[in-house]
Amino acid sequence: MPETYHYIKVRNGDSVAIQGIPVIPYREFFSEALFLLKAGERHCAAYYAYPDEKGLHFIMVIADDASHELLLMSHKMSHDAPKELESLTLQIFALHIFEREIYENFGIVFLNHPWLKPVRYAFNRYHQEQKLQDYPFYTIKSEELHEVGVGPVHAGIIEPGHFRFICNGEMVLHLEIQLGWQHRGVEQLLLDKKTMLQRNLLAENIAGDTAIGHSLAFAQLMETLTGTEVSEQLQLERAIALELERIAIHTGDISALCVDVAYHLGANVFGILRTGIINFMQSWCGNRLGKSMIRVGGTNAPLTAALRDNLIKILEDFEKHFVEMVHVTYRLPSVQNRFDFAGKITEHQARLVGTVGPSARMINVPRDIRVSHPFAGFQRFPIEMDLREKGDVFSRFLLKRKEIALSIAWIRKVLEEFPFDFSNSEKPSENPSLKANRFSVSLTEGWRGEICHCAVTDDHGGLKHYKVKDPSMHNWKILELSLRDLEISDFPINNKSYNLSYCGHDL
Amino acid sequence: MFEEVKVIAHNGKQYITDLRKAVVPAPFRGRPVITTASADEARIAAVCPLGAITTAPLCIDLGKCAFCGECANAFPEKIHFTNDHKLATNVREHLLVKEGDDRAVTIDQHQIRAEVKATFGRSLKLRQVSAGGDNSCEWELGACGNANFDMGRYGIEFVASPRHADGIVLTGPLTVNMAHALKTTWNAIPEPKIFILCGVDAISGGIFADSKAINRSFLNEIHVDLYIPGNPSHPLTIINGILELTRG
Repeated sequence: MPETYHYIKVRNGDSVAIQGIPVIPYREFFSEALFLLKAGERHCAAYYAYPDEKGLHFIMVIADDASHELLLMSHKMSHDAPKELESLTLQIFALHIFEREIYENFGIVFLNHPWLKPVRYAFNRYHQEQKLQDYPFYTIKSEELHEVGVGPVHAGIIEPGHFRFICNGEMVLHLEIQLGWQHRGVEQLLLDKKTMLQRNLLAENIAGDTAIGHSLAFAQLMETLTGTEVSEQLQLERAIALELERIAIHTGDISALCVDVAYHLGANVFGILRTGIINFMQSWCGNRLGKSMIRVGGTNAPLTAALRDNLIKILEDFEKHFVEMVHVTYRLPSVQNRFDFAGKITEHQARLVGTVGPSARMINVPRDIRVSHPFAGFQRFPIEMDLREKGDVFSRFLLKRKEIALSIAWIRKVLEEFPFDFSNSEKPSENPSLKANRFSVSLTEGWRGEICHCAVTDDHGGLKHYKVKDPSMHNWKILELSLRDLEISDFPINNKSYNLSYCGHDL
Repeated sequence: MFEEVKVIAHNGKQYITDLRKAVVPAPFRGRPVITTASADEARIAAVCPLGAITTAPLCIDLGKCAFCGECANAFPEKIHFTNDHKLATNVREHLLVKEGDDRAVTIDQHQIRAEVKATFGRSLKLRQVSAGGDNSCEWELGACGNANFDMGRYGIEFVASPRHADGIVLTGPLTVNMAHALKTTWNAIPEPKIFILCGVDAISGGIFADSKAINRSFLNEIHVDLYIPGNPSHPLTIINGILELTRG
């Protein structure tokens, strides 16, 4: 591993000695972060702090999409130091959410941060006196403007969040989204629960709609930290499950978009198409959302020849009906009228906010961990990335449609070309021990985008800290920006077109 | 128009004709059965990541079970999961499956309040509150209304306001941050009303039960009308449970 003074370079899924990550003075950290993050091909995948013996250790993971490397750098703050740091947010806006999280957890004040308020009102937040019901919303004083508050409980079957619109008549001037209602203390529980299986279950319940994406990030991290090798076949099976999750949810999202523009045929047909995919997941692992599929070191649900044959048939059937329905849908004037130009954002805004996943790819920002930092089977079988250029609801719809097609093609290729040996399967490992004093990072590309899990182990190989980052951490801000200068009645289609996670964000 | 008619023809009949008789094929994990074969009970109980298994006699609490199947994987001769998806009940104790039990989880018709059947027997409008739910039970509640399961055929639907609702379906372990909003929603629903817990997180807190970010005290103040196990609950478990409660 090449090393420079300021940072160390690793690959997705690597582990390093925790002492191997350079600790530099904050002033140097500040200027190095500015320098690195100014480049378009790099973005911050995680920036967080955790308590160690002498104070706080801040770690930043920067993903370099061009070199396919992850850059790790860090700084420290002792217990007795003033709890103040110069904020990076003014210059790299995408860091706003990470600095806010560190402020919430440890009371570190980021000087000149424009928006320093709690992220989720975690149970173990530093300022216990800050209350969820007193959230300091941005306000504008004007006779002409009014505010609309929605939530936390919404008008449907959705998770809770509070949306505060500042409106000028029907038009939205500004939207602020307050989250935290779903906070369950996942990161603390990952440390409190001691068996691998308990932690594995927690990982698949971080966001139930991304059970595969999150549990895969977890499993890869644990396999690195325990020195467990899994076969290429198992990696490919996991990647197939990940792509099936993507196909299912994207299809469900398109169905939901049809609901919101009152196109009932589309809503129903895409809905039943999704059923076929998730019922296949159930026939594979016993759970429609793929819970219990991913285990550390092996699986209890290996792919069989019968499942493979069935999958090929199901995908063929799915594709035929999906293509037919999609053709009818996107040529429908009433659908075009609602999707086109709705919630349009620019590439500049997307880069500013630091969006990842489909929220980035719909506006020409090529961020896809499967391509830039390949994991599981995506090294041997590369997957194509689709990019859109318009940044509106239509782009998000067309992107999801294309990604479904690409995922189907990828699965088909793997099933045809990889010599699966169905007589051979690996059992999950029971409580393997973790290597002491290590840091490891694992990235996967869930259907919402980049999922990042980081862990630090202690002297005895116990988990010292576990960090989860759902792609929604990056992406909620782009939904807020999408609503600007838009009719408030267009909020639902915009919300559905992103379909961001509340529980993944709130943890 | 012509193309849309073609789509309808190509997709054919999609709804499940009789939801009460529908079968979910294996390896779906429904109601477990514990055989009377001799085994080391303590070891079996230790396998469960959620502490849903207790000993003397060996017993699985479906209100705490995430249906991960790990116990059956480790001790296949002792525990297996059947594909019986009818798991909902109005009596918490009915969720305890003991060694040697192999009978359906039932609803005790005598314990249902008189107004439930009289008022909701032909129409039931529900409000869904997610309080730390991971969006899997929410997903399946949404699927109950799709073209396959079509719960709407029974007049059972989810509505957009507590003022229009006859009850709450709660998902999630009930976070501290949602405790107040849940109470407000409940108070906004006119009497008579019912309260349903959907999924392992809602019934017992699930894997989050020990978290300090959870506050389940509200559940001590109200009467729970229906427990629907699962992680997430299968749409057939949900629909059959509600049907059995309101018109069984």
